[in-house]
Amino acid sequence: MSYVLELKSVRKSFGEEVVLNNLSLVVPEHTATVLIGASGSGKSTLLRCINLLETIDDGQILLDGKEISDPLINVDEVRRKLGMVFQSFNLFPHKTVLENITLAPVKVQGKSVEEARIAAKALLTRFDLADKADQYPDRLSGGQQQRVAIIRSLAINPRLLLLDEITSALDPVLVNEVLSIVRDLKHDGMTMVLATHEMGFATQVADEVCFLESGNILERGSAEAVLRNPTNPKTQEFLKRVHQAGRL
Amino acid sequence: MTERNHSAWSPSSRELERQGSRRAINRKQVLIAVVSSLLVLGTLALVLVTSPGWQTVKTTFFDIEYGKEVFPTVIKGLWINLQLTFIGGAAIGVIALGLALLRTTKSPTLTPFRFLATTYVDIFRGAPLILIILLVGFGVPALGLKGISSNVIFLGTVAVVLTYSAYVAEVIRSGILSIHPSQRAAARSLGLSSGQTMRYVVLPQAIRRVVPPLLNDFVSLLKDTGLVSILGVTDAVRAAQINASRTFNYTPYVVAAILFLLITIPMTRYTDRAIRQRTNAQSAEGAI
Ligand SMILES: Nc1ncnc2c1ncn2[C@@H]1O[C@H](COP(=O)(O)OP(=O)(O)OP(=O)(O)O)[C@@H](O)[C@H]1O
Ligand SMILES: [Mg+2]
Repeated sequence: MSYVLELKSVRKSFGEEVVLNNLSLVVPEHTATVLIGASGSGKSTLLRCINLLETIDDGQILLDGKEISDPLINVDEVRRKLGMVFQSFNLFPHKTVLENITLAPVKVQGKSVEEARIAAKALLTRFDLADKADQYPDRLSGGQQQRVAIIRSLAINPRLLLLDEITSALDPVLVNEVLSIVRDLKHDGMTMVLATHEMGFATQVADEVCFLESGNILERGSAEAVLRNPTNPKTQEFLKRVHQAGRL
Repeated sequence: MTERNHSAWSPSSRELERQGSRRAINRKQVLIAVVSSLLVLGTLALVLVTSPGWQTVKTTFFDIEYGKEVFPTVIKGLWINLQLTFIGGAAIGVIALGLALLRTTKSPTLTPFRFLATTYVDIFRGAPLILIILLVGFGVPALGLKGISSNVIFLGTVAVVLTYSAYVAEVIRSGILSIHPSQRAAARSLGLSSGQTMRYVVLPQAIRRVVPPLLNDFVSLLKDTGLVSILGVTDAVRAAQINASRTFNYTPYVVAAILFLLITIPMTRYTDRAIRQRTNAQSAEGAI
């Protein structure tokens, strides 16, 4: 079986602090891998390494069997195959919703403006945002902004979608409208790696849940196994705390 | 979507009362402002007019007839200042943008240019403009280079452009640096190259942010074009000087000053407004 993404013994440190230590992970096509773990456990760092926003210290990252951690690789070409959505949306405030979405298809993929607009409008319509096409991001609610950010990353037809705590800047009412998009994408067969604190949601979409702790994956398996019947004492401890915070 | 109720609304009697009080407060504030202005300005005028030297000052600085006589030559000179400002301004914009981009690039091929740009900015930002004008205005013709014009207007403009490019480059650079790195990360994640990220994402936001300080620099530029008069360019300042030294009456200087103010004051007002709008927009945007 071939994997969309494969991490082999990845190591990443910032100065003295080792954030990822000998971490390995495989992501088969059409699956969702959910990363959970305490704040500072390295979830964002892992996603940023996959997206080549950070350079790893050791190990290998393979995308469709091709090593992308090779310094000779064209990073722009790699990133065209990866969609990334951030916790803080990061929409471009000087561009309208439609311009945010069509920028990469036009400038990176060389599509015509017309073609890109039609595709963008189709996506906006599908996710109930057609009436916001010409608005600037600061006129949208947080949930709407995050949905636009997801659509923007979908517009380049990524091979793999990386989602980094896309709901943690939103209030509980808005969380669901964003998560329902992710559920739809999962249904479409999009391959995803996502970091989240929403355990209920993780249970719904995850094919595999990975619990990160001190730079490594301490426990992995189906949502049922990891979230309901964790065997590692650290996972149990973490889930207990999440439970106390009322997020399960 | 929330349904808004657009049915007819007529203010309650309490609201009408409040509107009445607001109007009364406004009237009172306007009245206070007018009275205090009259008092302050009146006192100043009185001090000026009753001062012992007022009659002499009046004839040597505020000779209306003489002012009318020199007006055409001064305004002709001002036209040169304006041309210098606009042509120089365009050149400054282009050079400053280049310098700012060079100073913020990480590209290794451009390393020597980045170093040169930094040195350039250090030198021209640190030296007084008037020295640069003198050095360029008298130094360049002395070199006797072929093909380089020794026209004083040209050389004066070059000196002003050299100096202002350094100032403006720093303003633009500060704008570029003020854009949050997450914007760059988002653009790069979409596959945009670093050049495309600068051009389509960072620079448009940066320029918008620095428009108010740039307008300030534009006002200063107009005023500083008056300095090229030391090279003998017959701009508004020089035209006034020629007339004043001929008659020992300083009214032409006042005429020149008033003409400059007529242009710069509206520009400054406009800049202030732009800054205010910028601040308001920023607080509405929150973190952005
Ligand atoms: N650019 C950086 N420079 C130095 N240290 C960093 C940098 N980025 C992350 N770190 C450190 O790496 C560790 C892991 O951070 P990371 O953001 O990956 O955690 P996380 O699991 O995403 O946490 P959270 O749930 O709060 O988002 C933290 O201790 C953090 O301080
Ligand atoms: Mg994080």
